[in-house]
Parts: sequence; C-alpha cells; structure tokens
Amino acid sequence: MPSDSTGSPKFNNWYRRNEIAITPWLFLIPAVLFFATYVIVPIGQSFWISFHMWDGLGEKTFIGMGNYERLLGLGDQKMDRKFETSFWNNLKWLVLYLLAIPLGLFIALFLNQTVAGIRLYKSLFFFPFVISQVVVGLVFSWFYLPNDGLFDVLMSWFGIDIRGGVLGNPKTATYGIIAAGLWPQTAYCMILYLTGLNSVDPEQVEAGRLDGAKGFRMLWYVILPQLRPATFIAFVVTIIGALRSFDFIAVMTNGGPFGSTRVLSFFMFEESLSEFGFRMGYGAAIAVVLFFIMLGFIAYFLFQMWHDEKESR
Amino acid sequence: MFQKFIKLTTAFALSTGVAVPAYAELSGTLRITSDMSNPAPRAVMEKMAADFDAMHPNLSVDLTVIDREGWKTQIRNSLSANAPDVVNWYAATRMKPYVDAGLFMDISDLWNEPEMAALASTKGAMTLDGKQWGVPYTYYQWGVYYRQDIFGKLGLSEPKNWSEELSNCQALLDAGVKCYSIGTKFLWTAGGWFDYINSRTNGYDFHIELATGQVAWTDDRVRAAFANWRQLIDMGAFIDDHQTYSWQEALPFVIDGKAAAYLMGNFAVAPLRAGGLTDDQLDFYQFPVINSDVDYAEDAPTDTFHIASGAKNVEAAKAFLLYVTSPDVQTEINSGDALGQLPVNAKASVSDDKFIQQGFDMLSNNAGGGIMQFFDRDFPAEMASVGMEGLQEFMVFPDNLDDILERLEDARQRIYN
Repeated sequence: MPSDSTGSPKFNNWYRRNEIAITPWLFLIPAVLFFATYVIVPIGQSFWISFHMWDGLGEKTFIGMGNYERLLGLGDQKMDRKFETSFWNNLKWLVLYLLAIPLGLFIALFLNQTVAGIRLYKSLFFFPFVISQVVVGLVFSWFYLPNDGLFDVLMSWFGIDIRGGVLGNPKTATYGIIAAGLWPQTAYCMILYLTGLNSVDPEQVEAGRLDGAKGFRMLWYVILPQLRPATFIAFVVTIIGALRSFDFIAVMTNGGPFGSTRVLSFFMFEESLSEFGFRMGYGAAIAVVLFFIMLGFIAYFLFQMWHDEKESR
Repeated sequence: MFQKFIKLTTAFALSTGVAVPAYAELSGTLRITSDMSNPAPRAVMEKMAADFDAMHPNLSVDLTVIDREGWKTQIRNSLSANAPDVVNWYAATRMKPYVDAGLFMDISDLWNEPEMAALASTKGAMTLDGKQWGVPYTYYQWGVYYRQDIFGKLGLSEPKNWSEELSNCQALLDAGVKCYSIGTKFLWTAGGWFDYINSRTNGYDFHIELATGQVAWTDDRVRAAFANWRQLIDMGAFIDDHQTYSWQEALPFVIDGKAAAYLMGNFAVAPLRAGGLTDDQLDFYQFPVINSDVDYAEDAPTDTFHIASGAKNVEAAKAFLLYVTSPDVQTEINSGDALGQLPVNAKASVSDDKFIQQGFDMLSNNAGGGIMQFFDRDFPAEMASVGMEGLQEFMVFPDNLDDILERLEDARQRIYN
C-alpha cells in the first residue's frame, strides 16, 4: 500500500468509514473556532461584566442585577433618563429609516429605463453610498448650520425658524440626523432594486399587460411580488443600518444637544469607553439590552428565511 | 558650530549637574508615549526626545506621538498592557482612575530631590492620597480675551466687578455686538464658565468642595451662582446657537467683531492672531469680581508627565522627568515660538509674549483664592460628563435649572459613595 506510508492504518480505516459524517465538521472547524472566539465568547463576557461594578482598570465588584435595576428602573429606582431617550431614539431610527425602502424603489423604477447616459445617472444616484458616513454627516451638519446653512436659508423663505438650528434643537436634532442617514441608505436600496428589476420576467409583465394591468396595479400585483427577495435584503440592510447609526451621531452632534440624540450604541460607548466613561459594567448592561433588541429582529429574519426556503422547496 | 557647542555644554552641564548624582549611567531604551500631537507641541516633544537621546549615548529614546483626543481614551489600554515608561496626562482628579488602579508610579521620592523645590507651586495638583504621581511640564491661564478696539470705540474699559461687567455687556448689546462668543458643542467650554462664576460667587474652597462631592448641587449657594450666570444669559450676552459650534467654530465671531470677548485658555490666542487680529486689537482681562468677599481663583490647567507602574526603564524615566522640569528646558519649551505657555519651574524665564506675561502676572500676584485645574479635571470623570451636559442645557434653556440640578444631585449621590 504505497499511499498509506504515513498515518496509522487503523485511523485511516476509521476515517474512511465515517468520512461523510466527519468531513463537513472538519471544514467547519476554522469558522466555528473564530466565531466562538470573536463573537460567542465576548457576548458571554459582556453578560458577565454587566453584573459587576467596574471602571475598566481596577478590580471588579459583583453587584448582581444592580446595573439593570438602575438602567431599566427595576424595583424602587427610576429608569435612567439617558436610557429612555436612547431607547426612543433607537425606535425612531428603526421606523423612519425604513423610508429608505420605498424611496429606493421609487428611484430604481425611475432609473430603470434606457435613455442616453443612464449609466451615468445611476452612478450619480449611487454616489452617496460610496462616500464615507463621516463625510455625509459632516456635509449635512454644514447644510443644517444655523444662519449660514442652506437648510436654514430655505426654511427662512417659508418663515420657519428652528431655534438653535436643526442639530442644535433637541426636538429636531434626531430627525435631522436620520434624514442625513437616509440619503446613502436610499441609494443602497435603489441599487438592490435595480438589480432586482433586471431579473423581472418580461413574459409575466407582458401577460399582465394583456390582462389589462397598468400603473400601480401592475407594480403591486406583478412587479413587487417578483422583487420580494430584493425587498427582503433591503429590509435587512436598512434595519442593520439603523442600528449602526453611531457614526452619524458621533460626527454630527456627539450625542448632544444635552444628550437628546443618543441611541443605545452611542450611550453604551459613552458610559464605558469614551473620555469620561469609566462604567464598564453599566456599559455592558446597555450592550446586553441592545443585544436582546437586535436578537428579536434577527430571530424574525431567520424565521422568515427558513419559512421562505420551506415554501420554495 | 558655535550653537552646537553651546548645546553640547548645556547637555553636559545638565547631565553632570542633574542626572549624574542620582542616576549614574542611563542605558537601554526609554519608551515615551506622548499626546503632544498638534504641530507646535509635537515639534517640542520631538526635540526634547532627541536632545535627551543625544545627552545619553547609551540610551535610546523611543517616542510615540498619539493624537491628543485619541489618547484620552487610549491611555487605559496603553497603561494596562505592555506599558511605555513615560506618558502624558493631566493633573488633579483627572489622574485618579489611573492612580487608583495602580497604573501610575508613585514618584514621591523624585519630588524630594532638591531640584524639585522650584516646582513647589504645582505640587498640590500632582498630589493624591498624600503622594505625588507625576510632574507638570506646562500650564496656561484662562481669562477673558477681548477686542480692545471695540471696547475703545464704545468707550468701555476692562470690567473689575460684576456691575461693570453687566453694564459693559449692555453697552455692547446696544451697539449690536454680542458680549461673549462660546461654542458648547463639545461641552467643556461651558465648564470654564461655571468654574469662574461659581468660584467668584462662592469662593475657591466651596468650588473644590462641590468638586469633591461634599456639597449638594441643589444647595442654595450653587443656585446663587447659576442666578448670576443667568443674568448674562437673559441679557443675550452669549452668541446664539452656541450648542452647534465647537470652540474653534466660535472664534470667527470674535475675529469678525460680532462678539467682543471670549472666555478661554491662552491657546485661543494663536488662532485669533492667525485669524488676523493684531495685539492692538486683542487684549486680556481677568474675570471680574462677583462677590467681593472671596479672593480671585483662576483656572490654570496643568499638563503632565507620568511614569507608568509597568515601566521597564524607571531610572531613565525619572531622569527624563527631571530633565523636562529643569529650568533651561522649561524656558525653551514654553517660549513664544514653542508651546507659548507658562513654565512650571520658578527658575525658568517667562516668554515676553504680551498674553503670557499678563497671565503669569495674574497667576503669581492675583490668584490668592487658589488655582483650579478646570471643570473636567477637578471633578471626577463621570460627574464632569453629566455636569457639563447640564451646564450646556442651562445655557440654552435656563428655565430647566431645577430639573438639571436634581439630575446632577442624583449623579453626585451615586458617584461619590
């Protein structure tokens, strides 16, 4: 047996017998290992740290649910107001960010035609997604500047004066940032729909037309069902985008004015890692809460995907 | 050639006079992590490192410069794992987390060296728990930088007390000029205002008691300070929409003459000059008296060097700290064309720059109340962050004061126990 010069014949026999069962696991080992080291274990650590009072430098003190009691206002404590603001802002982000989907669809339908230079127009529409979020945030914060900013000038034509400018007024600041975020997110959804529109079956459109479908009915009953995969992906990336709003907030308002634009991820960073943040345990508790919120969404996506796969089988 | 000779002799004199008795021959590597990343400070730091390297043939100095803002968060990682020998940081309570965690080395023995007697005035700011944890290398005054030409045109003079301050301000407002520029987007600038208003109203000791958590934020004396502040706010003394500007973005208001004055640290002078203001247009005055029963207390933040407790080359690190604080080096690095600030060594000479001279005079002769390090260095980190947010809110919505003070009091009870 020339091929068997290395390794014991006994092991080889065992491996041959179980090859089908073992090989997938062998291929999975690197991924499982890395996923465990960089994702699963840190999640566990966050849970563990959230039960402690810790400044990130010295010794940890176990305080049980203390951080959660303070954060969520369990027992006789009041809910942390910063948490309340952050939580509601997170919801605003999640809901309003979904506007990117219909907007993206609209632009995609508009651009899905053949005229001279359409590629150029498409790339121009896609442009905001290519530039960094930090740059988008900066440009929008200039746009919103009180007195000199273009937005303020436009508003003054209508006689509207926002006190402190869009980003300086606690009532408008979060919406201002969301609008800035929608700009690149719409471009992203547009691209998803443009590729989706390429795969729309022309025969079905033709058949629909023969049956007298036009305009909105055509869109709703013939086109959109075929765009379902694109819609699903657009939904997923938009939700993820809404939860990743950190960059915009850090650049545009730094959580201000007076903390009115914080979201949970920013709040977590501020409490545990920023210049004045020495509450690792508290930050970890926020992270855990955020984890469960995200888990809700992810579970929904996974269920949906599983459901779709089962149907198509 | 001649210059080089001078440098060599100074280096020789320093190495024999200062370093040799205590630390015979330095060798190995000295690793310094510095946050002096702005152009002028960076040049100063690089030159100090190179000179110190040249003085000690067997020692090589390994300098890493980190972005000043970034360092504020990176320092904890840097000190916990594979720590460098020498790091930059800030004085007073700002050192506390690292002292408590045992990450800064106790260098009280270094402060017993005879050379350190010339630094006595700064010793308090470097002391926590009765020990010294670092050495200062520069400090600068805070005060009101104002447009002399605008004051002259309206016939105003530097206010000495609160009523002069208010009448000056009213005159400016009547002339269509805001009294003060400020940018509170990053919050700390409001901390400077509170330091002054509170210490002028209630005195230095009260201010420090508040910083150390011994007084409630809902105390009537605190309210009195806010009431004084509110007089200015209600007049419209501050520029509008200041919560959207950084301190740099608020500079053009002074340069363009839309605001007459700016309560700031001396570092504001350089950009104001670069913006086109001459020394005839720009001048400086000490923050006016509010309560004549309390002495002047001044903000004069001190920047520092520390030895990490994980330092490998402690000998060289201590020698470097002595080198940095020595009179010649202090004179050189704080001169007008270098840092442009105040030397910490009493034997060093002060730059002849107009503002540095005024600041030096003010701090030496007219700050009997005490020297504050600044809101975010005197108050513990968490209190400072909650506090400054409240101060910003107060400046925009003064009516929210009760709510703000309650929130701060709530934070105080949690933080200091």
